Amino acid sequence: MNERLSSQRFLALPFGIWATLFIVLPLFFVLWNGLKDVENGGFTLVHLQTVLQWEYLKALGLSVELALISTFICLVLAYPLCLILRERKESRGLLVFVLFLLPLWMNSLLTTMAWQTILEKHGLINMFLQSVGLPEVHIINTPLAIIIGMVYNFLPYMVLPLYVAINRIDSSIIEAARDLGANPYQTFRRVLLPLSMPGIVSGSTMVFIPALTTFVISALLGGNKVLLVGNIIEQEFTAAYDWQLGSALSMVLMVFIILNILLEAFTDNGEQAKKGVRP
Amino acid sequence: MKKWKMYGRSLLLTLLVLCTFLLSGCDMFAEEEEEGADVLYVYSWGDYLSEDVIKQFEEETGIKVVLDEYDTNESMYPRIAEGAEAYDVLCPSDYMINKLIHNDLLQPLDFAQLPNARKNIGQDFFDQSKAFDKEGKYTVPYCWGTVGIMYNIEKVKEPVDSWKILWDEKYKDNILMQDSARDAIMIPLKILGYSMNTVNETELKAARDMLIQQKPLVQAYGVDDIRDKLSSGEAALGVIFSGEAINLMKSNPNLRFQPAPKEGTNVWIDGWVIPKNARHVENAHKFIDFLCRPDIAAANFEELGYSTPNTAVRELVEEDLGEYVDTVFPPENVYKGQESYSYLGEALDKLYTKLWLQVKVE
Repeated sequence: MNERLSSQRFLALPFGIWATLFIVLPLFFVLWNGLKDVENGGFTLVHLQTVLQWEYLKALGLSVELALISTFICLVLAYPLCLILRERKESRGLLVFVLFLLPLWMNSLLTTMAWQTILEKHGLINMFLQSVGLPEVHIINTPLAIIIGMVYNFLPYMVLPLYVAINRIDSSIIEAARDLGANPYQTFRRVLLPLSMPGIVSGSTMVFIPALTTFVISALLGGNKVLLVGNIIEQEFTAAYDWQLGSALSMVLMVFIILNILLEAFTDNGEQAKKGVRP
Repeated sequence: MKKWKMYGRSLLLTLLVLCTFLLSGCDMFAEEEEEGADVLYVYSWGDYLSEDVIKQFEEETGIKVVLDEYDTNESMYPRIAEGAEAYDVLCPSDYMINKLIHNDLLQPLDFAQLPNARKNIGQDFFDQSKAFDKEGKYTVPYCWGTVGIMYNIEKVKEPVDSWKILWDEKYKDNILMQDSARDAIMIPLKILGYSMNTVNETELKAARDMLIQQKPLVQAYGVDDIRDKLSSGEAALGVIFSGEAINLMKSNPNLRFQPAPKEGTNVWIDGWVIPKNARHVENAHKFIDFLCRPDIAAANFEELGYSTPNTAVRELVEEDLGEYVDTVFPPENVYKGQESYSYLGEALDKLYTKLWLQVKVE
């Protein structure tokens, strides 16, 4: 037993080193920079106070709003798909599944630039609308364009965990619900939804976090007119050379991310405790 | 308790590995230094030197050039300030040279080693450089230009001679602005008749309010993407640097350039400087002087398209330029008497960032 443990520890070493070097240390670096008092030495909360000014709060609020909307849209798109995929496990189902994951295979910068050319004033959509005599639509450089970009880029992160969670549900449970007289809505509401909750939560987390922190999508599709908190952090680190403020903003952003992960952990534990078994 | 001991041990091991990693890292650098005695570490803007010119320099002098690139002055600055890497020669812009001098990070040039620079770089440009290098000791101007308005004559039927056109409701959603605090705020400051180097907060706030008022008309704030959007006809008016004008006009014949709106504009100069901690100072001088040689400056110019302060270049390239010659070598009245940016200090830097942020989140 002891031997096995020590060999486990040995095998975990590479990841331990990796995590220390590239995850834990940089986090401390951010923390240290965010709290550092440049003028007098020591630590200060000044930078965190700066973050509470309305310009930053406004950008943060907008980021949270857009990330929530994108997450919700991803969920609405992915859930029915995963239910359908569950029913048909033959090759056609697999094809649809792969199609949904396709965006992951391409560089997200390229796909976002492609969306730029689609949504532009003289882009594909408006060219089509014009050719059939319809008025132009104005999408590029609005929050809507950013939401489209987020949904496109992050949808696979919703589909994957959701598909796994829904596929794991035992068919006999659903059959039992039907046998006991539940109608389709009741089956969904009382059986499918609670059992797929872990998938919903982890999918939402995996979409919400990158959507909250993105700066590429908002820069390209928002024309830098719609400022998200990711863009401000990027600006503070590059153009403004204010690493303290950039770090403080990152710390505030991390609070949201940690809250999100806690939510996921609690839901997951709760589900497993209820079922009394580990999956 | 046992568990903690275990953690302690793995932590120790991790640190051990980390140390070996770092030590071997130092070793590697030392080796590099020994074998490359005749090298030159150049830190310059991206796409700011012709590859052929670098090759020719290496062949003629036997000095190996190691080129690193940056895309903003601000991303260059911390690497110099922290001295993490010892570069031998840099090419920052005016206000950044000012900041480097202010923080004692540059060394004076030895103009005795720069005969080509003394002979070929126009006195006008040495004079203009005094805005950021008061004693004229640190800088050899390399490229220069103005900030102007590029417009598409298919969409703009009136003459463009004033910044005010960027506030004209007619061009709603057809205007592209620079996404940089200094360049954006400069424009309303000039319209209001203030200096672009003002430190007066009321003046700066008035400029900010004008930008906020303009925002609904702006299609996008950009840097490099402004070029593409003008070239493809996505927008009618855009604020760009004069050096980009010639390639843009070649790509789209409907584009015209106003290099100096009547309220006044910014004359920017990028120049070569040598940091204080440079290790190959002599090579750096050789490199700077090489770039000032007329044939080399002309070769560089043909590839970059930025106006050069090198007075010997014009006759070498005039024929190739044809109708664009006035764009590249503008008459004196375009640049004489215009302001260049100077470094305003950290507090003003922060104020600029904040005012610009207020425009952007509006």
